[in-house]
Amino acid sequence: MKIYADHLEETGHFGQYGGRFIPEILLPAVEELAQAFGEAMADSRFTDQLDLLLRTYVGRPTPLTYAARLSARLGLRLYLKREDLCHTGAHKINNALGQALLARRMGKSRIIAETGAGQHGVATATVCALFGLDCVVYMGEEDVSRQHLNVQRMKLLGAEVRPVTSGSRTLKDATNEAIRDWVTNVGSTHYIIGSVVGPHPYPAMVREFHRVIGLETRQQLVEHGLPSEPDAIVACVGGGSNAIGIFAPFLNANSVDLHGVEAAGSGLDREHAATLSLGSPGVLHGALSYLLQDDQGQVREAHSISAGLDYPGVGPQHAYLKDTGRVNYHAVTDDEAVAGVRLLAETEGIIPALETAHAIALLPRLAEQYSGQTIVLSCSGRGDKDMATIASTLFG
Amino acid sequence: MSSLSEAIALARSEGRKATGLFVTAGFPDADSTDAVLDALVAGGADFIELGMPFSDPLAEGPPIQRSSERALRHGATMSATLDTALRFRSRHATPLVLMGYYNPVLQYGLGNFCTDARSSGVDGLIIPDLPPEEAKPLADAAAATGLDMIFLIAPNTSDERVATIDELSSGFVYAVSVTGVTGGQLSNFESTEAYLSRVSAVVKKNAVLVGFGIRSHEDAVRLTKHTDGFIVGSALVSLVEELWDAPMSVSERSSAIAKMVADLRVGH
Repeated sequence: MKIYADHLEETGHFGQYGGRFIPEILLPAVEELAQAFGEAMADSRFTDQLDLLLRTYVGRPTPLTYAARLSARLGLRLYLKREDLCHTGAHKINNALGQALLARRMGKSRIIAETGAGQHGVATATVCALFGLDCVVYMGEEDVSRQHLNVQRMKLLGAEVRPVTSGSRTLKDATNEAIRDWVTNVGSTHYIIGSVVGPHPYPAMVREFHRVIGLETRQQLVEHGLPSEPDAIVACVGGGSNAIGIFAPFLNANSVDLHGVEAAGSGLDREHAATLSLGSPGVLHGALSYLLQDDQGQVREAHSISAGLDYPGVGPQHAYLKDTGRVNYHAVTDDEAVAGVRLLAETEGIIPALETAHAIALLPRLAEQYSGQTIVLSCSGRGDKDMATIASTLFG
Repeated sequence: MSSLSEAIALARSEGRKATGLFVTAGFPDADSTDAVLDALVAGGADFIELGMPFSDPLAEGPPIQRSSERALRHGATMSATLDTALRFRSRHATPLVLMGYYNPVLQYGLGNFCTDARSSGVDGLIIPDLPPEEAKPLADAAAATGLDMIFLIAPNTSDERVATIDELSSGFVYAVSVTGVTGGQLSNFESTEAYLSRVSAVVKKNAVLVGFGIRSHEDAVRLTKHTDGFIVGSALVSLVEELWDAPMSVSERSSAIAKMVADLRVGH
């Protein structure tokens, strides 16, 4: 199955958003990358190899699971797109694998990445082990301590994990540090950004590597005896990669409602990571998008129980989709997310990641609107990494 | 000719390399930036880059990152930075350039920012995360108010692109010495020299000044063989940090800063 299409925006802009707000040193690198990506996606040797590895290494296609008991409780038909069953436990490997193959094709021997929850770091460390590439992962010191299991996984996979002690010591600062490394080692190094953020071509490229989520969903709905277009799709949004991946093939299908769920942290009037709900346009990490910032244009620290959503920016395409109204964005608190973990665990025997749990927590709010209708939820990752946090919240 | 171009031309006519110094506004604290700037002028700076603090300065090494964090902790704002520029202009004729990241400028409003900067005596802008492709709105506003717009080039910038950047720049072209962040190690000298020689042949309209990683007079001498001047940032910021963390009088600190600038200067 050929699952890739030529959707690469020429200029890297989504309306006013996106672009390349980066130091001059990185301009040749992103131009080279955009060209290499375009050529690779048009080269069947590359896409065949990627397809083969997605099938035989990642475990794709991931199932589309009918969530019978939760459906009954909510009064609708709920299907879970099971990205939690990907190798390494989250959708992140779709992109890490694609970019690592591309880096190898470009002759880059060294890979760097940033990570928040550690899922992207683990996925990157994994594909680097697979291809024998050097791997350095930047991770905020705060995240190193709350995602210890993933730190150990990365080390076991042969990656060097560099704790970042600047700023808020989370994903934002890990990204700054990764960009500084890239600026310094741009000749030898490819930077595998973990979400649909950063300068062009990253937002478009990362989306294309995750488009497989939505394309499989279309086909699998039909296999379930349903139309290929559901009534609604729900996904969590930090940077927004799993959401864009599952939304992408449905963006032009206007009968499909799209819902993105951000982290409301301890509350939208308190500390949160609800960039699209409460942010304003600004430039961070190479792109113009929505941003949590103060009136001086200084970037605010985000807050969420979920390290993967704890980011004050968001992918520029999401900013565009918010402004155009194509996607509805919501926010869910830490407490609601933990309740979402419990809900899915008890009704379906699936322990989701705290990121994913934000999407689950939205379902009760949508139940009335979609009564008797079909909803697909992107089950973006599994919850093993979050067990310490979940347990301390639920069981004291 | 802008004051900045004039200052660089004057240095050249005196057989010197133009000396630019970078310091962050609001650093080491809101009340002390003025004293640092005065000392830079006393030491013989040909122009000054005043840093606009930002929470996420992604092209900066640790010293300038720390200076930015410290200024923000002390409540630095864009208005305070412009006030610093205005007070500087009331005391000195030395050209002053604002250097900083795009988002605070964008939030201030591009037109208002350029108008207020110009009326505060600012002569030019350096925005390291704003390559020419994204710079038109700000460059237009800068041109309308008479501010120089200084773009950067790097060792991996093609000749064709260097020529374009020269065309779009005014004041000077900022040649980043190495692929890296500010305050990094200067790399292989032969390749740096070859790069600067190549660039100086391509850049026709503007002077070329080199910066990033220059710590000493010797560094400055080596890197200005093919360029019209140089900029020192991290080394100065580190010195200021040291001086203000030590129990010293203002005049002792000022003399140390002035001495550093005087020692850096190349040519007579």
